[in-house]
Amino acid sequence: MSAAISGTIVPGFRGLAGRSSGLHPVLTLFLLVAAAVGTASALTFPQLTGRVVDDAGVLDPSARAALEQKLADFEGKTTGQLVVVTLKSLQGTSVEDYGYQLGRHWGIGRKETNNGALLIVAPNERKVRIEVGYGLEGQLTDAVSRLIIENSILPRFRAGDIAGGVSRGVDDIIQAVSVDPEEWKARAKRRPDQQPVEFDLFTLVLICIVLFMIIRAVRQSSRSGRRGGTIFAPVPWGGGSSSSDSWSGSSWSGSSGGGFSGGGGSFGGGGASGSW
Amino acid sequence: MLLSHRFLTRNLRSMLFIILAGALLAGCGVNNIPTYEETAKAKWSDVQNQYQRRADLIPNLVETVKGYAAQEREVLTQVVEARAKATQVKVDASTVSDPAKFKEFQDAQNALSGALSRLLVTVERYPDLKSNQNFLALQSQLEGTENRIAVARRDYIEGVRVYNTELRTFPGIIWASTLYRSHKPLETFNAVPDAQRPPPVKF
Repeated sequence: MSAAISGTIVPGFRGLAGRSSGLHPVLTLFLLVAAAVGTASALTFPQLTGRVVDDAGVLDPSARAALEQKLADFEGKTTGQLVVVTLKSLQGTSVEDYGYQLGRHWGIGRKETNNGALLIVAPNERKVRIEVGYGLEGQLTDAVSRLIIENSILPRFRAGDIAGGVSRGVDDIIQAVSVDPEEWKARAKRRPDQQPVEFDLFTLVLICIVLFMIIRAVRQSSRSGRRGGTIFAPVPWGGGSSSSDSWSGSSWSGSSGGGFSGGGGSFGGGGASGSW
Repeated sequence: MLLSHRFLTRNLRSMLFIILAGALLAGCGVNNIPTYEETAKAKWSDVQNQYQRRADLIPNLVETVKGYAAQEREVLTQVVEARAKATQVKVDASTVSDPAKFKEFQDAQNALSGALSRLLVTVERYPDLKSNQNFLALQSQLEGTENRIAVARRDYIEGVRVYNTELRTFPGIIWASTLYRSHKPLETFNAVPDAQRPPPVKF
């Protein structure tokens, strides 16, 4: 029986495969999924354990602690997130390619302002890069990043002083990015306010109309005394959906709680690289 | 009284039905095609921005190089001409869904990439120019822009992939063949072997 089934399936399958027009959408879907899986698993990223991720193991504990402190102070002052990462390997790709994908993967910087930056050191490939988030491209321009790399970082790296180069590079980046806190607050306010307002007003009006109609209908029907139950039935449905909203909200804020984590900032390939 | 009550409950029910149907349809992805299309188009405008940014950098770069290497007239002219051609290509909303227009845009930008990389190779022969601060700044801006172009192109390719997949797969294909018949698959970049390669560095 099973032999008979496989016997009928196999020629049927061959017949289908031979008729390419019939299989076309399925094949395209299959290929697209395969392509998506292929690109998604191309690179692996180290875990974001703190503001200094020393995956390559080139920084001693005291230097790391000093850097952590500096970076934490910087974030406290400006809300900008700066992360130092050393990599064991670039996994065959360029430091530019790896850098922006790592930044997006970790989500360094606030989501609204994208004010994150990475200092990436790949000692085995002898590459260094300052990867700049969208929101910092104005202060930490490509030219400024290049100057920091050429003048502060590379001379020390060439002399074998990785920790010194990183520390000096971080100082310079912080200096380039530091604007007064008032300016940051103004900038954080400026962008997200503009779009949601009219949408909120629209939804509010819509909700008011729907509520008004429901209340009127309920009042009318309860006055006549019949079928009150069936009309009230949908109301818990609305209540249920709003409670699920608040649940998803609380779970989101919980995940960004303890320790250090990225704020969801994005990167677009700004910055500069160098090699030694 | 009875009549108006019946009318109202029917009205209420049909309203609830519409709300429910809307929620269900949204769950089935009836909004996916326009949403993905808008995302892809936003990414396209980022690609355009980055190419524009590159075009804006070129006149300054050409002037700086001229100051040190005026005899490299041929390479400089090629860059200027390629830039002029690339900025003349008219780009509008229909470019992304029109294969011929898209190819024209891509070819013009690739020609400019090629001319620019030839210029940067030539520049390697002029140590004075290479150590000029103004040139260094321009060069890093140009490198940064090329990198941003690469990122923007990749994001656009991904956005188009998502949109085109939605058009061609279940359940999006149902909406594509009913509600959104005018929505065409978008064009995407293909890698060009020579123009994409960074210029070789000689020591």
